[in-house]
Amino acid sequence: MSAKPTPVGEPLLEVRNLSKNFGPVQALNDLTMMVRAGEVVALAGDNGAGKTTLIKAISGVYQPSSGEILLKGKPVSFASPQEARDQGIETIYQDLALADNLTIGANIFLGREPMRRAFGILPVLDRAKMAEAAKSTMALLDFHVSRLDAPVSNFSGGQRQAVAIGRAVYWNAQILIMDEPTAALGVPEQRKVIQLIHQLKAQGRGVIFISHNLQDIFAVADRIVVLRRGVQAGERRISDTSHDEVVKLMVGG
Amino acid sequence: MTSPPSPAPHVAPQADHADKARTTLQRIADLRAWLFLAFLILGFEIWSRVSFGGTFMFNTFNIQSIAVFAVAPLLLATGQTFVIISGGIDLSMGFIMGLSAVVAAHVINWATPGMGFGMAVLFGGLVAVIIAAIPGLVNGLLVAILKVPPFIGTLGMFGVARGVAFLLAGGTTVPVKNEVFAALGNGKFYGVPYVVIVAAIFVLIMHYILSQTRFGQHNYAIGANAQAARRAGINIKWHLLRLYILSGICAGLAGVLYAARFSAGAAQAGEPLLLDSVAAVVIGGASLFGGSGTILGTVAGAFVIAVIQYGLVFINVAPFWQFISVGVVIIISVLIDQAQRRFSGGRQSE
Repeated sequence: MSAKPTPVGEPLLEVRNLSKNFGPVQALNDLTMMVRAGEVVALAGDNGAGKTTLIKAISGVYQPSSGEILLKGKPVSFASPQEARDQGIETIYQDLALADNLTIGANIFLGREPMRRAFGILPVLDRAKMAEAAKSTMALLDFHVSRLDAPVSNFSGGQRQAVAIGRAVYWNAQILIMDEPTAALGVPEQRKVIQLIHQLKAQGRGVIFISHNLQDIFAVADRIVVLRRGVQAGERRISDTSHDEVVKLMVGG
Repeated sequence: MTSPPSPAPHVAPQADHADKARTTLQRIADLRAWLFLAFLILGFEIWSRVSFGGTFMFNTFNIQSIAVFAVAPLLLATGQTFVIISGGIDLSMGFIMGLSAVVAAHVINWATPGMGFGMAVLFGGLVAVIIAAIPGLVNGLLVAILKVPPFIGTLGMFGVARGVAFLLAGGTTVPVKNEVFAALGNGKFYGVPYVVIVAAIFVLIMHYILSQTRFGQHNYAIGANAQAARRAGINIKWHLLRLYILSGICAGLAGVLYAARFSAGAAQAGEPLLLDSVAAVVIGGASLFGGSGTILGTVAGAFVIAVIQYGLVFINVAPFWQFISVGVVIIISVLIDQAQRRFSGGRQSE
């Protein structure tokens, strides 16, 4: 299931000279960044720095005003988030986007449920297939569930985050954009999510990780891109930088 | 595929155990309408034996009467179940049912001379159900496209359907002269009334749609988290449009069967049944906040109401006690639902 068309270390996603303005407001100005396969890139910056604009441009919500986005070396443009998703770019929203009353399997397949024929004629939901996919996908994320018939509201915040990530993984997302994935979680749950991101990295996927929490960023990211007022304030390898330096880049000290 | 060697999450074992206990409790809570129904029947049975020395539930006539009595509210309630699960409500169902009854009466009367009894019934029934789908479609347009809150949109349609139904009926009841229609309304097949058979087949189909199809699955998802459903690529507008049409069709069928039973169409046929239908859905375990509920629960809910109403008459209690008892049952159901909600919400915040 874990098809890896891009070898680890090769560029997956490149953003070149991307700008986005809303009328006279320049939200993003000439931004360039890259995500390689098996790499976690953290996006940091104060509120209004352009992080959200950037990920929305990458995920097809906004059309960039200028500049280009390359996926595996080929220029792409997405008219809608659905198009970006079809190309393997999946965004995992802060507020999760799960239907709490449905099972893990039903959430993974939401909107594209598999059907089978009961008694050879009557089309019915293929719950067995959904449960099986849920089990194997969650195992891939090292999250072992036995209650596949329980609604996801029964699970904890970190587990639900794993379901959201699991859905992206099942549909073979190559690039996962995670917006503040740890913001609403307790400390053990945050650790679990960090662990999940390590799993994604090990599977050769690219991750763009937005967080205010420098501790999380230093725990999981390979590189950090700092934005300030729509421009890139700096890019550092995590191993070559420190909390202080990142904070300085963010506030412009 | 082998799982990576890193240790399993430390919270898993206890959490799993708690999940099991909770799921069992949820299952019991989900069955509450059926338990309630069993207690009610038992209660009436005991009362009946003690005060008249006769049986309540082992009496074929009683069972037939309760089943026939439950047909119209149950049909409304199945449609209402879908709408309530999606997070909406359809207040117009009662008068859509009346409209359908009046249309069925007129069309069958008009068609009988030309088509003969049987074909006229089929044709009239079909026309009535199709006409009933129109206010459903308008409800759907209001809610899905114009973003009118379902409560308001369907309240408007409540008035429109009511007025149109009374206008078409000329302010009175429209009698039907068609013996096949009368037989459909009052005949039996091996002791089972035809209207009950028709309703049972329809309810079974609705159960299938809700529990086994994408439409049903999306209905639950939209009721729980419309934004998540939209992000998952579900066309919510199209779904809501079909949902309210379906609700109109349920009311339409209820109207046709009502007209068959009384050989007459009356605009006010469904007036007292609307709130009963909402009550049946709530007693059946659905939440008015959307996202939960089942057809089987609604069936139990509809029978709880029917048994209370019929049973109280049977044991000679003043009919006004029906309102009080059904009211109390609704409140108890909602309290159970809230307790359940608090319980399952408890661990999420940990």
